[in-house]
Amino acid sequence: MTRSPVFPLAVDGGRTGGSILAGLLSSDLPRSKVLTAILLAILLGLAATPFLFSGSQPLSTAAKICVFIVLVASYDLLLGYTGIVSFAHTMFFGIGGYGIAIALERLGATWFSVAIGLVAALLLSALLAIAIGLLSLRVRAIFFSMITLAVASAMAVLASQLSTITGGEDGLSFQLPVELRPAFRLLPEPVLGVSINGRLIAYYLLFFVALLTFLLLLRIVNSPFGRVLQAIRENEFRAEALGYRVVAYRTMASVVSALAATVAGALMALWLRYNGPDTTLSFSIMIDILLMVVIGGMGTMYGSVIGAMLFVLAQSYLQVLMSAGSTALAGVPVLPSLIHPDRWLLWLGALFVISVYAFPGGIVGRLRQATQ
Amino acid sequence: MTPPATAMPALETRGLTVRFGGHVAVDNVSCRFTPGTLTAIVGPNGAGKTTYFNLVSGQLRATSGQVLVEGEDITSLSPSARAKRGLGRAFQLTNLFPDLTTLENVRLAVQSRAEAGWSLLKVWNGRRDLIEKAEEVLERVRLSDKRDIAPKALSHGDQRKLEVALLIAMEPRVFMFDEPTAGMSVDEVPTVLELIRDIKQRGNATVLLVEHKMDVVRSLADRIIVLHNGALVADGDPAQVIASPVVQEAYLGVEAANG
Repeated sequence: MTRSPVFPLAVDGGRTGGSILAGLLSSDLPRSKVLTAILLAILLGLAATPFLFSGSQPLSTAAKICVFIVLVASYDLLLGYTGIVSFAHTMFFGIGGYGIAIALERLGATWFSVAIGLVAALLLSALLAIAIGLLSLRVRAIFFSMITLAVASAMAVLASQLSTITGGEDGLSFQLPVELRPAFRLLPEPVLGVSINGRLIAYYLLFFVALLTFLLLLRIVNSPFGRVLQAIRENEFRAEALGYRVVAYRTMASVVSALAATVAGALMALWLRYNGPDTTLSFSIMIDILLMVVIGGMGTMYGSVIGAMLFVLAQSYLQVLMSAGSTALAGVPVLPSLIHPDRWLLWLGALFVISVYAFPGGIVGRLRQATQ
Repeated sequence: MTPPATAMPALETRGLTVRFGGHVAVDNVSCRFTPGTLTAIVGPNGAGKTTYFNLVSGQLRATSGQVLVEGEDITSLSPSARAKRGLGRAFQLTNLFPDLTTLENVRLAVQSRAEAGWSLLKVWNGRRDLIEKAEEVLERVRLSDKRDIAPKALSHGDQRKLEVALLIAMEPRVFMFDEPTAGMSVDEVPTVLELIRDIKQRGNATVLLVEHKMDVVRSLADRIIVLHNGALVADGDPAQVIASPVVQEAYLGVEAANG
């Protein structure tokens, strides 16, 4: 691949040696010192989580963050870059999860089953994305959104009805390949006090697959193809008049996004050793994804990292934090019941409303604005 | 300047008609446009000039009739497919990508021409040649100093120039300008006219120009066609057409015809 010298439009500063980084990040650097620092902290934090925190909850939270970064980034490609509002994103997330779950449960706990399940899920997702795209991306945006909603609901019903295959509402629990089981030891001795077991391998599998998928999505939105998507978002009519087949580009964007969501679903299932309607298919996850994209900053990719991080952390720890606060303020009237852990969704909602009003471009948009 | 009648027209419409309910907006227009000719399309407001353009470039579907590019029937094709066959269109109401940079607007047109849009795994700025091409076009329309500004922040005149730049960057065989100087300040108009003249002289381009200003039409056109109530009512040499009674009546108003 020919790489041009650092291009002034896309990057700040022309440091030498930055070209490898620019290549990895597809010339789309964070363009804000604070943002760079936050992203680095998240990257290092996720990379070192098994060694920084003990216990299973921090690791599970980190794994969930990895999965959601991919899921939210893939949705950003659709919503933020192409301007397509789809409600079928959890459907593809679910297909990835069920692909892994069904294959591992039926074909046995081997890597071969993982591969079969993933490939089958990717194929199904691609076919569905093409079908939805070609059938409905010609119609007006609002109808497209309605159609995705209908298809996603139909799939959710299907998943719960076909209980012999999907486990219905109970979902499917399954065994992982030996190397990913907690009992598996890669090294006889612990490293830095942490035993290198199957759980740790599973975490790093998630971490690296998520990182690679994210970098791939970042590349795609900064490719000539990604530039066309942004043109379509800005002015679909003119993009068509310039000679770009808008329907074809939109369909391709849907397919890429669906495939990445499928990978995320597969990772989620591998981590949980379970897949069911509530972990990947539910509509509340769809809403979470929307919130994460908007809070992080639409059309920035990096926003998905920050959005997923904040949201998953809030989901996991806001209640704990609030319960501590509530207890500490026990003597004060009203306040303890206001920050009672049961009200955590209220506060999350309030945070969301405030952030949308205060930073319409999301956190990334705000940070970049501050730099200019 | 009149090419031989046997030459293959770059663009031809046969009996092109569009009806909206009972209203016939374009009425059975048959016309041939030959390479190297600049044809001005004139007519009063509501005569169907822009609608005719929309039928040719594909934004509207014709009720009946055909559009042919170099002999090929393209009536059923989408706007993007028509653009790929060499039909380039600039719009009357400025129609840009408002939040991308001026350079990126042009680069997207260059990229479309280079058929480079389907590359997913390369970084966009790896195609240095496309960027340079876009910069050249910006130079031609004298917008180089505005390359990093978003079109929504440009003056109206600069937006019109960018509109022309997008058309130039597409390198079409048929250039369609819809009132390119509309709303421009007097001192900006010559730049755009110079660009259009330049386009005509550079290649063997076919240029269609919808224009209201008669002095512009006189100075640029090799041929004038007149639309009135959607129908083609006059066609020919500029001096003749402007002098003809039908144009005096249709275009300059009844009083002129009487007087």
